[in-house]
Amino acid sequence: MERLRRTMMFVPGNNPAMIKDAGIYGADSIMFDLEDSVSLTEKDTARMMVFEALQNVDYGNSELVVRINGLDTEMGRADIFAMVKAGVQVIRLPKTETPDDVVETEKVIAEAEKFFGIENGRTHMMAAIESAGGVLNAPAIAKASDRLIGIALGAEDYVTMMKTRRYPDGAELSFARNMILHGARAAGIAAFDTVYSDVDNTEGFNHEVEIIHELGFDGKSVINPRQIPLVNAIYAPTDKEIRNAKDVLHAIEEAHKKGSGVISLRGKMVDKPVVARAERTMALAKASHLVDEEGNIYAK
Amino acid sequence: MLNKVNREIPDDILKEKNYKPFETTEIGNPETTYVAHQVKVSQGDNKLVESIPEVIEKTGLKNGMTISFHHHFREGDFVFNMVMQEIINEGFQDLTLAPSSLTNVMNDMVIKAIKAGTISHITSSGMRGTLGDFISHGGLKDPVVLRSHGNRARSIENGDIKIDVAFLGVPNADAVGNANAIHGDAVFGSMGYSLMDAKYADKVVLLTDTIMPYPNTPASIEQTQVDYVVKVPKVGDPDKIGSGATRFTKDPKELKIAEMVNQVITHSEYFKDGFSFQTGSGGAALAVSRYLRKSMIAKNIKASFALGGITKPTVDLLEEGLVNKILDVQDFDKGAAASMANNENQQEIDSSWYADPYNKGAAVNQLDVCILSALEIDTKFNVNVMTGSDGVLRGAIGGHQDAANAKLTIISAPLVRGRIATVVNDVTTVVTPGDSIDVLVTEVGIAINPKRKDLIAALKNVPGVPVYTIEELQKRAEAVVGKPEPLEFTDRPVALIEYRDGSLIDTVYQVKD
Repeated sequence: MERLRRTMMFVPGNNPAMIKDAGIYGADSIMFDLEDSVSLTEKDTARMMVFEALQNVDYGNSELVVRINGLDTEMGRADIFAMVKAGVQVIRLPKTETPDDVVETEKVIAEAEKFFGIENGRTHMMAAIESAGGVLNAPAIAKASDRLIGIALGAEDYVTMMKTRRYPDGAELSFARNMILHGARAAGIAAFDTVYSDVDNTEGFNHEVEIIHELGFDGKSVINPRQIPLVNAIYAPTDKEIRNAKDVLHAIEEAHKKGSGVISLRGKMVDKPVVARAERTMALAKASHLVDEEGNIYAK
Repeated sequence: MLNKVNREIPDDILKEKNYKPFETTEIGNPETTYVAHQVKVSQGDNKLVESIPEVIEKTGLKNGMTISFHHHFREGDFVFNMVMQEIINEGFQDLTLAPSSLTNVMNDMVIKAIKAGTISHITSSGMRGTLGDFISHGGLKDPVVLRSHGNRARSIENGDIKIDVAFLGVPNADAVGNANAIHGDAVFGSMGYSLMDAKYADKVVLLTDTIMPYPNTPASIEQTQVDYVVKVPKVGDPDKIGSGATRFTKDPKELKIAEMVNQVITHSEYFKDGFSFQTGSGGAALAVSRYLRKSMIAKNIKASFALGGITKPTVDLLEEGLVNKILDVQDFDKGAAASMANNENQQEIDSSWYADPYNKGAAVNQLDVCILSALEIDTKFNVNVMTGSDGVLRGAIGGHQDAANAKLTIISAPLVRGRIATVVNDVTTVVTPGDSIDVLVTEVGIAINPKRKDLIAALKNVPGVPVYTIEELQKRAEAVVGKPEPLEFTDRPVALIEYRDGSLIDTVYQVKD
C-alpha cells in the first residue's frame, strides 16, 4: 500500500537544531529546505549539513525529502548531486512551471545516480507548483516522470501572482487546489496542500486542514511541529469508520478462504475502491494510535 | 573508598569531616536528637533597630560564626548584598555562610567576601554563574558542602549546621517580629526555607521595608523567634523575585517531552483519584500540568495535593477543584505567591515538613508522582543537577534528592542539549542516586529503571511512547554529539555533595585549565 503522507514538515536546511530534532515529531515526511529558507551566503553550508544529516541522523520511518534550488540557479545541480549521493528518498523541485522542468531535473538526477553508481530510478521526485502557469499545467506535470511521488501547491507566490492574498475560507485557492488534486489523482500520485504560516492560529489552521481533508488531499505541508498532531487528529478515522473498514477487510478474507470472487458485506458489493478505502482507514488508524497492531481499537 | 554509587570518596575527607559514605536511599527509622538554640530573653520592647551595623553589633556576631540567609527573593534579593557588604566592611573573618541557597545576584558579593577572608566556609543548596566558576577554580580553600533542602533542615535540626545569626529578609513585619511574605511590595508567598532559620538560629534578625502595626497576622515567622527587626529602604525587586505571567512554552521539543511525561503518569497505577504530584518549574514541567489537567478532567480524577515549589498553573488546578490542597515550600511566580494570601488550601510548609529525611514524616514521603529535571543522567539512572559537562558548579540540588523518593519519579530531559549529551555513561557528579529514579523521558522516547518491572509492564504498549533501554538512549545521544574527551580535574576537592541523610555521595574537584 502507498505510504501515508498526512504531514510534510519543512525544516530549514541551515538550522542544525531543527535538523537534528526533525525526526521526533512523527511527521510522515520531512522536507529539508535548501531553497527559500536559506540565504544565498548559507547555501553551501546548508547543503553540507543536510548531506551529513541524511546519512547520520535517525529519522525513524519518516520519508525524507529535500527541496533543492532550481536548475536555473547555480546551486541546483550541486544540490541534486549531493542529495542523490546522500541517498535522499525524494527530491522536490521548486516553482515547477512545465513538464519540461520535471524532465530536465530528472535527467540530472539520472546523471547523478549513474555517476555515483546508484541504481537508476531509486531517487524519487515531487514537484511544487507555485504559479498560475504551473497550476494550469498540473495534470501534465504530474505525468511528466515515473519518479514523481506527488505534486504540491505552494500558495504564497501563487496568491500574489493572482492579485489576491490568503483568506480564511480558502476561496482564492479553490481552483488551484482542485487542479493539483485532479492532476495528482489522474496520474496516481499524491497531492500535498500548501503551508499555513500563522502557527499560533490553531482554529484557522484546523479549518484549512478540514477543507483539504474533505477535498481529498493526502496531507498538508507544515512549518511547525506543533501543527502535526492537529493534522493527524483531523485525518484520524472515527471508531465507526474503523469498525466498518475492519468488516470490509474481514469480508475479503472470508471470501478468499471460500474461494469466492464476489464479495459482499451487509448486502452490498465490496469492490476495489471500497477495499482501498478500508485499507487506508486502517493505516490511518494505526498511524493515529487508535488501534493496536492487530487492528483492535484501543480503549479510550 | 568507593561508595555505593561507585564514586571515589577520599578517605581523609571521610575521616576529617566525620562523613559516612553514601549507602542507600532507604532512611529507615533511626533515632536522633535535635539541638536546641540559645535564647536571649526579651520583653519585646527593644527589637526595632535603626541600621544594619547596629544590628550586627547587637547580635554579637564574632569571627568564626555561622550566618544564614534565605533565597526566597531569588534574583530580586537586596538583603544579602546589603548585610554581607556591611559584614565585610566591619572586617569579620572566617565566617561560615549557610544560606538556603545562593542566587546569581549574590555571586559577586560572596566572591568579595571570600577574597576578604570574611567567608571561609560555605554550605548551600547550589551555586551558579561567576560563583560556581570561582569555586570550581579553587577560589575557596575549604570545600563547599552542598545539601538538598530536606538535608539542610535535617542538618539544622541535628546541629550539623549551627546558625549563630540568621539575617532574614521579609516583605513585612511588626516591631516585635511577626512577619509573613504575602503582603507588601516584595511578596514571595511561602517562607518555607527561612522558617528553619527562624526556628533554630541563636539570633534571628528580620530585615523589612514595611513595618506593620502589631499584631501582624497571619504570622509565618513569630515574635517568639525574633531578636531584632531592621527597617531597610527596600528588601527586593518585585519583578525579579518571581516571573510575571506564566507563559506556556511553545518549544515543540519541550511540548513533546511534556506530553510523553503525561502519558507516563496517566498510564501508571498512581494516576487515580486522590493521587499527588510535584512538577517543579521550567518549560516542560509547566507544560506537563497543562496536559495533566486535560487527562484529569477526561478521567474525572482529582489530586489530593500538589507539593513543592509552586507555580501559577498548579494554583489554577487548585482553583479549578482538580487539586484539593497545595503544600507550598516556595512560590516560583507572582500568581502562586499571590494565591498564598487568599487561598486557605494553599498551606505554607517549612523545609522540614517538605522534605526532611530525619523527622517524624515529611510530605515527600506521601508523594505519588514527581517530575524532575537533569543536567545529566547516566545508564545507572544516577542524576547530576550540580555540575556542567565542563565539570563546573552550575546548579542546585534543591529538593531533587528529596522529591525523588516519590513512588513514581520521572526525569524529563532532552537527549542532548546543543552539542552536549544529557544521557551519558557516567554523570560528572552524582547528586541523586539512580535507585530513586524510575523513568527517564526524552524527546525520542522513554527509558524505565530495570528494577521497576511493574512500570515496564504498564508502559510497554503506550501509543506514541517508545520504550528504550537507557543504554540505547545513551547511544542515540552519542550518535548525535559524539564521544567527548574525558574531563580533567585536579585532585583538590572544591565541593562535597551530601545525600539527604548526610552521607557523602560525591565529590567535586577543582577543574584543570
